[in-house]
Amino acid sequence: MTDNLAYLRETFLQPAPPPGGDSTVLGWLKRNLFASVKDSVISIIALLVVVWFLINVVDFLFIEAVWTGTNRLACATVAQGGTLPDTWHGACWAYVNAWFTQFMVGSYPRDQLWRPITVAILFVATLTPLLIPKVPRKGLNAILLLIVLPIVSAVLLLGGVFGLPFVETSFWGGLMVTLILSFIGIAVSLPIGILLALGRRSKMPIVKMACVTFIELVRGVPLITVLFMASVLLPLFLTPGTNIDKFVRALVGVSIFAAAYMAEVIRGGLQAIPKGQYEGADSLGLSYFQKMTFVILPQAIKLVIPGIVNTFIGMFKDTSLVSIINMYDLLGIVKASFGDATWLTPVTPLTGLIFAGFIFWLFCFGMSRYSAFMERHLDTGHKR
Amino acid sequence: MVTSTDVRDDGGRSATSLLYNPVLRQIIYQVLTCAFIAWLIWYAASNVAENLARANMTAGFGFLTGRAGFDIAQSAIPYSSDSPFTRALLVGFINTIIIAVCGIITATIIGLLVGIGRLSSNWLIAKLCTVYVEVFRNIPPLLVIFFWYKGVLSLLPDVRQSLSLPLSVYVSNRGIFMPAPVFGERFWLIPAALVVGIIISLIYRAMARKKQMATGKASPILLVSLALIIGLPVLTFIALGTPITFDPPVLGKFNMRGGTVVGPEFLSLYMALSFYTAAFIAEIVRAGIKGVSKGQSEAAAALGIRPGLTTRLIILPQALRIIIPPLTSQYLNLTKNSSLAVAIGFADLVAVGGTILNQSGHSIEIIAIWMGVYVTISLATSLFMNWFNTKMALVER
Amino acid sequence: MSKKLLTAVIGTALLGLTAHTASAGTLEDVKAKGFLQCGVNGSNLAGFGAQDSSGKWTGLDVDLCRAVAAAVFGDASKVKYTPLSAKDRFPALQSGEIDMLARNTTWTINRDSALGFDFRAVNYYDGQGFMVPKKLNVKSALELSGAAVCVQSGTTTELNLADYFKANNLQYNPVVFEKQEEVDAAYQAGRCDVYTTDQSGLYSIRLSLANPADHVILPEIISKEPLGPAVRANDSKWFDIVSWAHYAMVAGEEFGVTTANVDEKLKTENPDLKRFLGEEKDQHIGKDLGVDEKWAYNIIKQVGNYGESFNRNVGEGSPLKIARGLNGLWSKGGLQYAPPIR
Repeated sequence: MTDNLAYLRETFLQPAPPPGGDSTVLGWLKRNLFASVKDSVISIIALLVVVWFLINVVDFLFIEAVWTGTNRLACATVAQGGTLPDTWHGACWAYVNAWFTQFMVGSYPRDQLWRPITVAILFVATLTPLLIPKVPRKGLNAILLLIVLPIVSAVLLLGGVFGLPFVETSFWGGLMVTLILSFIGIAVSLPIGILLALGRRSKMPIVKMACVTFIELVRGVPLITVLFMASVLLPLFLTPGTNIDKFVRALVGVSIFAAAYMAEVIRGGLQAIPKGQYEGADSLGLSYFQKMTFVILPQAIKLVIPGIVNTFIGMFKDTSLVSIINMYDLLGIVKASFGDATWLTPVTPLTGLIFAGFIFWLFCFGMSRYSAFMERHLDTGHKR
Repeated sequence: MVTSTDVRDDGGRSATSLLYNPVLRQIIYQVLTCAFIAWLIWYAASNVAENLARANMTAGFGFLTGRAGFDIAQSAIPYSSDSPFTRALLVGFINTIIIAVCGIITATIIGLLVGIGRLSSNWLIAKLCTVYVEVFRNIPPLLVIFFWYKGVLSLLPDVRQSLSLPLSVYVSNRGIFMPAPVFGERFWLIPAALVVGIIISLIYRAMARKKQMATGKASPILLVSLALIIGLPVLTFIALGTPITFDPPVLGKFNMRGGTVVGPEFLSLYMALSFYTAAFIAEIVRAGIKGVSKGQSEAAAALGIRPGLTTRLIILPQALRIIIPPLTSQYLNLTKNSSLAVAIGFADLVAVGGTILNQSGHSIEIIAIWMGVYVTISLATSLFMNWFNTKMALVER
Repeated sequence: MSKKLLTAVIGTALLGLTAHTASAGTLEDVKAKGFLQCGVNGSNLAGFGAQDSSGKWTGLDVDLCRAVAAAVFGDASKVKYTPLSAKDRFPALQSGEIDMLARNTTWTINRDSALGFDFRAVNYYDGQGFMVPKKLNVKSALELSGAAVCVQSGTTTELNLADYFKANNLQYNPVVFEKQEEVDAAYQAGRCDVYTTDQSGLYSIRLSLANPADHVILPEIISKEPLGPAVRANDSKWFDIVSWAHYAMVAGEEFGVTTANVDEKLKTENPDLKRFLGEEKDQHIGKDLGVDEKWAYNIIKQVGNYGESFNRNVGEGSPLKIARGLNGLWSKGGLQYAPPIR
């Protein structure tokens, strides 16, 4: 039989090289950018686009940008009455510099600036240890941050006591308002959200129905309608003559909205707790209240910390909508600054928006990174 | 608990008072809730009544039939200042739907591309897509809208120095001006031909499927369908002697005259919503594709199915099951975010409602209409989703 | 249960920042709380209601608020201002958030009857006008066919605009925004060719543009816009005080009494003037009105007469330099006329 075979290999083949062994730069490039002809074409096109884009962005933001100046002429081309060449196109950082204090605290009295600065320092001082998992005494820390700090901040920022001059909320603005609104919004919506979530999982039909209706109604409408309701209708719903501060109205709107979303996040956590935990608590004879506070909620909330942070990111972004109901948060004040005749140039809006966008991005990206970190950190040992 | 007996001797009576009866307690709680809600409604209603009475106003939707009196720049249906408020609201509602549908289509396409791109083996593409997602997810949508409106579109040249593109298209800071189609007499035959083409191709598809089941032979469904759907209308168009003319825009004293215009308000809202939502859709698509077990594609490869078919017939249907529920909620978010139109003066439901609120002073009614419309859209979508989920759910044997 | 707690929490949170007032009548409320809450323009409309960098409010409307405070409290500084947008202003007055609205608001029959407000005094006779860039070379509003027109939504301006273009068979393309600042920005960015609002507003806005000289205000006035203070309907006592505060300023100008010479004029023998300044024996004008007998004296002393207020806020003494025109005294060809104070 073997004679009929046309070909028979008599020696062993050399073993093929191990895959992915080429750890040089060239090897990496070949694997990740130029694996095939199609890949190479895509890579080269993408590279060209990225380079073109980066050159333009860097040129606009840094190279051609104007850093100093006192009015619009610093950032105006010859055709617009300035001195820059007509082909000039760059950011006008001088304008951001001039408006910087406004962007941060609005029209807060300039001789009282130490008050928002103190609050900011206190905020960082109480928040940082809470964010680092290793630091002990989380409970005390949370009370400090969520209960003591808001009270101290309110006293400091509003004033009117201890010899501090009273500062009306209409003077507040900028990043300060954005942070206060989203922070208080989350601090208020967390307990309400927990109650709503418990109500939604309750066995009592009426309580359940009330909570479901509230949650679905609020989640079904845009925030802007809730804000309009809080700003226009709230006074109509209250006893005639009742006067509510505009800031508080926005706060009510934001809190109602956040509470509904928070409730759904918490509900997710409650559902993830194994039934044995509920049954175990019941068999120990704990009351509903004890069962929830000591057994279920601590576990459920820990599970949904990333979800809470994500809700907070959403809230932080959403507070920018209060500019539509005439409040001057960061975006609102940036937008208002476009109308300032002193700095009116074609590049002013773009510069202002890039600045505001960067600040928003910094906060949100930081929080989302933190959320991802917490997810990994909490994951250990919780996988079932 | 009802049956629990306490051994403590306090006169032979059980120490477990009626108060600890869970059934009774539930009833008490619920009665309290009811009473509280009733009180809340009564409190709000009586205050509203008193406030309105003090202001000499009456509540009710009767005012909606009155003459609107204001003009709306962007309207898909005939509208003038003589139309009633209801008509104005309808214009706003249609604009909301238009922006939502356009935005959803574009966002889905971009999101799909970026989501798949993030999983690409090409390092550069994957990183670019990651950067896109991380940038747009972390800035407020309102800022994105302003970025397009004030940062990009307002930098376009003045209407008198419009950029002139081929086919009489002009781009300026007043929007994109395009020739308006003027339809001839028998133009309706062309959409009719399209419908006929679709119906025939559906029938063909059904027959081809049957044939494949019976004989195993595949027919070129895609090609034939395309030929029918595109070919029939084109043929009709030529046969009718091109019953369409174009009215190009020309520069008038102030503005472009004639033609149609897509305003910068619509454009910036549309782009912002698309780009913003696409970042979220991309994440959903990525999670969906990653959610399909690797064994599935390996099994397909083992069966000798080509990669293209593997994606289409095996990966995608399974990924879709994961993708669709969160995708719908993103579509809803986009629809709700379209209410940000009010910030740049695009006449959507909220913006038109706001104008009516100002003109008529009927704030309660307008806000009720807003909420009613959005909640209806949301509920309708949820109902559809529930139906879809039951239909798509894994049938386990 | 949770809903209850929810509202309880919100309720407690609100308690701190809400102030309940009895609703007997606005005058009693205002006297009880010790200051006047006045709704003014929130868009910094120079000349009518604007806040300078130190937070001080000035303007024609602001002066009216101060005059009312001077009449009620004898102290023009007892005013708190609520800046309001066109949208917020009516709900704010309806809900009792403010005691009076002095926010260049047009007196119309609809607002007077259906919306439940009362108007009587007119502190500025205005009319809607158009502003265009000079380079367009437009001389009359009738040449504006085909133009893109920037207008603030939810104002009478928007309605007049629609009516005017319809009546004259002109085409136009409305570009509407919620806030005046946005309309300003759009006009400057070239989004529209024409800016329309009350003519006084146009003068004020033109001043805030980068190059005021590049813009012209067209001669046509397409509407009657009597701007005046509004109060809630069916509160005639309060309504009288607000109206007469304005008339006292006008009467002051008729009498030739100014902040500078009012103390001197106290010695007058003119019985009309004596009555006006509260110097007549056993007079009860103030008592009947519900304020101090020296109410008019306080207004003139602390705020000034109408002519002074006009001059320093919008007239020759201000950057706006608007001519008196319709707002001159009746004896000088204008429409400002005070009913007899007797």
